[in-house]
Amino acid sequence: MTQIHQSDVAIIGGGLMGCSAALFLRQRGMSVTLLETDKVGRQASGTNFGNVRRQGRPIFQLPLANRAIRIWRDSPQLLGADVEYLQSGHIRVCFRNRPENIGKMEEYAALAREEGLDLELMSANALREKFPWLGPDVLAGSYSATDGHANPRLAAPAFARAAARLGASIVEDTKIVHAEKVGEDFRLTAEDGRQFAAPILLITAGAWAGKIAGWFGEEIPLTPRAPTMSVTEPVPYAIAPAVGVMTPDEVETVYFRQVARGNIVLGGSTRAQSYPDDYRSYVLPQNTMTQFQHLRRLAPALANLQVIRVWSGIEGYTDDALPIMGPSAKVSGLFHAFGFSGSGFQIGPGVGETMAELIATGATDIPLEHYAVTRFAK
Amino acid sequence: MGDHRVIIVGAGPAGVRAAQAVVRAGLRPIVIDEAARAGGQIYRRPPENFQRDHEALYGTEAARARAIHEDFAALLPHIDYRPETLVWNVAEGHVWAAHEGETQAIPYDALIVCSGASDRVAPIKGWQAAGCYSLGGAQIALKAQGCAIGHRVIFLGSGPLLYLAAAQYVKAGAEVAAVLDTSPFWLRVKAAPKLAAMPGLLWQGMKLLGDLKRAGVPVLTGVTPVEIEGDTQSGVSGVTVRHKGAVKHFAGDAVAMGWHVKPEAQIADLARATFAFDPATRQWLPQTDADGRAGNALYLGGDGARVLGARSAEVTGELAAMAALADLGLTVDADRRRWLLAEKANYATFAKGLAQAFPWPHELVAAIPDEAIVCRCEAVTAANLRASVNTAHAQEANRAKAFSRVGMGRCQGRYCGHASAEIIAAARSVSLEKTGRLRGQAPIKPIPVSLKRNDL
Repeated sequence: MTQIHQSDVAIIGGGLMGCSAALFLRQRGMSVTLLETDKVGRQASGTNFGNVRRQGRPIFQLPLANRAIRIWRDSPQLLGADVEYLQSGHIRVCFRNRPENIGKMEEYAALAREEGLDLELMSANALREKFPWLGPDVLAGSYSATDGHANPRLAAPAFARAAARLGASIVEDTKIVHAEKVGEDFRLTAEDGRQFAAPILLITAGAWAGKIAGWFGEEIPLTPRAPTMSVTEPVPYAIAPAVGVMTPDEVETVYFRQVARGNIVLGGSTRAQSYPDDYRSYVLPQNTMTQFQHLRRLAPALANLQVIRVWSGIEGYTDDALPIMGPSAKVSGLFHAFGFSGSGFQIGPGVGETMAELIATGATDIPLEHYAVTRFAK
Repeated sequence: MGDHRVIIVGAGPAGVRAAQAVVRAGLRPIVIDEAARAGGQIYRRPPENFQRDHEALYGTEAARARAIHEDFAALLPHIDYRPETLVWNVAEGHVWAAHEGETQAIPYDALIVCSGASDRVAPIKGWQAAGCYSLGGAQIALKAQGCAIGHRVIFLGSGPLLYLAAAQYVKAGAEVAAVLDTSPFWLRVKAAPKLAAMPGLLWQGMKLLGDLKRAGVPVLTGVTPVEIEGDTQSGVSGVTVRHKGAVKHFAGDAVAMGWHVKPEAQIADLARATFAFDPATRQWLPQTDADGRAGNALYLGGDGARVLGARSAEVTGELAAMAALADLGLTVDADRRRWLLAEKANYATFAKGLAQAFPWPHELVAAIPDEAIVCRCEAVTAANLRASVNTAHAQEANRAKAFSRVGMGRCQGRYCGHASAEIIAAARSVSLEKTGRLRGQAPIKPIPVSLKRNDL
C-alpha cells in the first residue's frame, strides 16, 4: 500500500508566496508540506525585476505591503541568509508627454501618507539635481526613501531553507497531477504516484494555479505572460534607488535598478506570451528593443552600457491585475494566493505571513476583500 | 526559386563552402560574419594593409587558406555579404543582426549556422592575472595583428592547438618558455590507430613537436598545473606545475592556455536545437542528423556543430547547405553527398582519436583548490561555487549560476561553463550529465542599450 505523507497544511507551488507561507505556518506550529513541480523560486519569483516597492500599489494594498516591508527589513535574521535587500529608495517618474500624471501622483501621495508611506514629490529640476542621470524627458517624480530592491534569485530559496530548518517538508521535483477532497482531507497525487494528504490546502502555484483551482470547481481565468528582463555588465555603483515610469501605456513602463555588484537590471516594456505547460518562456527581441528605446528616454546615460543577458519567466495574470488571496468560495479548507500579475515580489513575504495567520487563526487584519475569488464567479 | 531565403552565419571554412553550395543552386544567400574579412578563426586575415603572405601566416595550411579566401572573393557578386555583423538573437524565424549600432530582424526559410569553435579552458589557480590568454587568443594576436602576447610565453593545456600555436610563436620569433601538456604521452600512443585515419594530419602533428624540440623548447607531458603566478600590478610572472613527482617552475610574462576547442553553439541554442550529453568529450552538444539538420529550418556545419577540424568544416559546411537545399525542394548531387559523408566519417574517427589522446582534464578541474577563481567575469571562486551546492543545495548548473553568479558575466559561461559543471558534479558526487546544461540566453554577445532598429 502506498504510504501517504500527512501534514496539517499542504502547499502546492514553491514560489515566494508558498515558501514564505511555509515558514510562517511553521512559526505558528503547524506541520507543512510544500510541493513544487520544479525547484523552489524558479519561475515568476526568481525571474522578476526584484522591486521591493510599495509606491504605486493600490492604496488598499498598502497594509499588506507594509507588513511585507517589515519582513524584508528583518530578512537577514529571519532567514539566516543575505537576499541582497537594499532599502535604497524608489523613484516613480512621469514623462513630459503625460503631465496629467503629476496630479495623480499628488493625489496618490496624500492617500499613501495616511497608510504610513511617505512620498516626496519632486520637480524635474529637483530630481535631476539629486539624480543627474535622469533624462530631459522626465517631467516629475515621486520619491520613496523607504522602498528598495532585493535579489529574486535568492529570496524564495532562502525562505524555503528557513522553513525547512523549522521542520517544513520542502518537496521539489514533484508535480501534483491530481487533487481532491476525500472526507476531511485533501488528497494529492504526484506524477510518480506518491500521495500527500492534509486537511488544509493552500494553492500558491502562480500561472499554474488556475488549473489546480479548476479541480475544485473554481474557474479562474489566468493569462500566462513573460516579462522582458535584461542586465548590463557591471559598472561602478552609482544609482541607489530603483527607478520606474508611471504611464498607462505598457510599452513605456520601463524600470531599472543597480545591484551592489554594479550590474544594472533593466525591465519592462511589452510582455510576451509564456508557456506554463512546457515550462518555457522566451524574451522576444522586439520587446528588448522597445525596452531599450524607452530606457534611453528615462536615463540616457544607460545607452553606453552593454547588455550581457536577457531572461524571462512565467507569471500568472488575472483580468483585473489583482491577486486572488483568501479562502476558496467552494471548498472548506482550501485557500488561494496566486495571480499576482507581475506585482507580487514586494508583498510576497507579507502574503505568506497573512495566509499563515488566516489559516492558523481563521482571521487577519489585512484587508482581503479586493482579492476575493468570488469576483470571478459568473 | 529565387524566393528561398537562406541565411548563413559565419564565413570560416564551413560558411564559405556552404555559401558556395547555395550559390551553385542558383540562390543568393545572406552571409553574416562577425569579422571584417572572411576566413574564420583558423584562416583569419590581418587588416588589408598588412604585408605577410599566406605562407607566413598559415604555414602548412597556406594552400587551403588561399583557396578559402579566393573562393569567397569569387562568391561576392552572388551573395548578400554582411561583415562586422553580430547575430545576437534568433526568434520566430528571424535572425536579429546588429551592425554599427543598428539592428534588424531578417526572416529566413533556412538558417545555416557555421559558428565555429572557441577555446575550451580549464581554470587554474591564478589564471585571472593579466597576461593569461586562450590559445586561440594567442593565435589571433599573431595572425591578425602580427604580435605576440608576451616576451616569454608559456603554453599550457592539451590538444593539437597547443603544439600548433607554440610552434607558430617559435616560427614568428617569440620566446616560448615551455609547452606544458596535461595529457600523458601514453594516451597518444593508445589513440594512434584512430589518429591514423588522417595520416597527413598525424604526420603534421609529429613535425610540430620536432620543430619545438629543435628550437630547444622544453615540452613536458602529463603535468599537473599548480598555479599561475603573478600580481594585479604586473600580471603573469610564471607557471608552476608538478611533473613526474617534482615541482617545476617556468618564468614567463604571458600564458597561452587551452584544452582543445568546443562548439560555439549559442546561436543553435537560441534557434532551439536540441542538445545531448556527449560522454566522450564531457559536454552537451547540439544534435543533428549526419547531414547537419537540427530541425526548425536550422542546419549546422563546421566546428559549431562538432569539433572535427578546419578541413572537415569544409565538408560539413557543404553538407549542411545541401541538406537545406534538399529540404527547400531543390535537387542536390547524390554522389557528391555520399562522398562528403564518407569524408566526414574519416574526420570523425580522427577526432575521436584526438579526444582520447588529449582529454579534457576533468579530474584536475574537479579538484581545483577552493581559493581558485572559476568564473573570471564575476570573480566566483571554487569555494563560492561549492557553497552554492553544499549550503544552498543547488543541484544543477542553472541553479548554481542563480545562487553563485558563476557563468552570469560577460562571457555567459563560455569559458567557465564546462569547468563549473565538473566542480558541481564532484561536489554532489553525481555524474556530469546530471548537473545539466546552462540554458542559453540572448544576446549571443553583448549589445549596447543604444542599439536601435532600422527596419521599422
